[in-house]
Amino acid sequence: MNPLLGANSEQAAAILDRHRHLFEASARARTRGFVVSFGIAAFTVFSVWWLAIPFNEILRGLTALAKFITLMFPPSSGGHLDLLLKAMGETLAIAFLGTLIATIFAFPLSFLAASNTTLHPLVRFTVRRFFDVIRSIDALIWALVFVGVVGLGPFAGILAIAVSDTGALGKLFSEAIESADEKGRVSVLASGGTDFAAVRFGLLPQILPIIAGQILYFIESNVRSATIIGIVGAGGIGLQLSEQIRTYDFDQVAFAVIMILITVAIIDWISDRLRFAIIGRRAVT
Amino acid sequence: MPSTIPLVSPARLDSLVADYQRVIRRRRRQSLLVLAVLAVLTVLAARIGEVDPSNLFDNISNFTSYFGRIMPKLGTAHFFADVADWYWNATGWLKLLIDTLLIAYLATLLGAGGALLMAPLAAANLAPNAAIRWTAKRIFEFCRTVPDLVFALMFVSAFGLGPLAGILAIGIHSFGTLGKLFTEAIENIDMKPVEGVRATGSNFVESARFGVFPQIMSTVASYALLRFEINVRSGSIVGLVGAGGIGQDLFVAIRKFYYTDVSAILLMIIICVIVIDLATERLRHQLSGQGARS
Repeated sequence: MNPLLGANSEQAAAILDRHRHLFEASARARTRGFVVSFGIAAFTVFSVWWLAIPFNEILRGLTALAKFITLMFPPSSGGHLDLLLKAMGETLAIAFLGTLIATIFAFPLSFLAASNTTLHPLVRFTVRRFFDVIRSIDALIWALVFVGVVGLGPFAGILAIAVSDTGALGKLFSEAIESADEKGRVSVLASGGTDFAAVRFGLLPQILPIIAGQILYFIESNVRSATIIGIVGAGGIGLQLSEQIRTYDFDQVAFAVIMILITVAIIDWISDRLRFAIIGRRAVT
Repeated sequence: MPSTIPLVSPARLDSLVADYQRVIRRRRRQSLLVLAVLAVLTVLAARIGEVDPSNLFDNISNFTSYFGRIMPKLGTAHFFADVADWYWNATGWLKLLIDTLLIAYLATLLGAGGALLMAPLAAANLAPNAAIRWTAKRIFEFCRTVPDLVFALMFVSAFGLGPLAGILAIGIHSFGTLGKLFTEAIENIDMKPVEGVRATGSNFVESARFGVFPQIMSTVASYALLRFEINVRSGSIVGLVGAGGIGQDLFVAIRKFYYTDVSAILLMIIICVIVIDLATERLRHQLSGQGARS
């Protein structure tokens, strides 16, 4: 028996009983919780059955993985350090230029896709669907297409990132424009400014810090995606990485992965700094 | 009634204008500096990236004609027969598309579940000690930085061809990204309920379960849905390395120049992705509405 309740335990139990509804969720919430968790579990079982997951393969696979991991140490460049460095440079170039080109295309288009600056609802609808379509195709598939157009090499990767990110950035930019405060634009118009001046002086100062932050974030995430685009021959470190995995040179895989980790960490650090500088400036002005 | 507008003395006005222009000049200098850095980086990146606009313009006809070639030949005379011809393998592709969705579902579940269990160890306000926190953060970072296709390639070698490799690869990647987001969500919670639970003598697991999770559940669900959306896209490409889903057929169609197959599969993926986007957006709005109310 709980010593704190002492002789009054029966009373305490009665009080607890009276206020039971405070401690327990309502019947409706409980049923909903139950239905949701049961649904998730049932769908998981169905998925496992549909995909015919081979559970007997898992143990064999794990031992194979363990072997791969032991093969990774010590990491070695395999005497291709210059090649790897060049590939890493290509990866950075693809991420930077891809994002830059995507920004150049997405920025003007995003005004057409935002409800407060578009020319006509029909234009807005068309541009939005255009963004949706090119966004739903992964950069890797665009890379396959562009390898066919401009040949193997990083240029195909740049174009692939540029196209797929035009859709993603366009959507984000147009959302930033839509959520901007209308007062800035209205006051420029009220003081006799043109529509262009209203956008330039009433809208842009509000959205530029947001947009700059998003661009930085995209460069960061594109460094990650540019590391794999090489698998289809579109430049960057992915080509070496996929070849090394196929030929079981896991010490070199480990080396390349460590290079990627370090590069991404450096880029993250720089963009964190820049983002802080941009947001800091917005807080000041 | 005569009213007087207070006038600024000319000397004061001059100094104000000078100040204003100094600020403007400084801002211009800053912008120019940023532009110059950007220009240098662009030229450098263009050299490394072997950018060749003339090549693009010479071959842009390949690009447009490619889209011309992948367009299905649909006539009004035998429209339905043409569509049937275009989607000759509709049931096969539909099965692969469902595979893709289920791969994304299982991977999201795996990643979100794992991330939810480990995030309390990585959050500054809950982590038992600095060493555990540092380790957990580095594990998340590793999992999200190594591209999912690299994991997929390795898992295909280890577990053989099939969806298992894709699920694990996308799952590990989701684990890394969601882990970071969940950690941030936990760092933003109100600590009072946690202290309350702790005051009753709970251990780490109990205080996480009753003090932390109820606060972050709607955020977690919303992030997991967003991740599911992204994972459907990833699920459509892991097939490129043999890790299941519709990517395999798409890859074969592109490589072997089965033009109309490319457009048929792409259209299916696009529609599927857009539908999933819209559906999860609805769900997320509902969730955030609930979070605001409770």
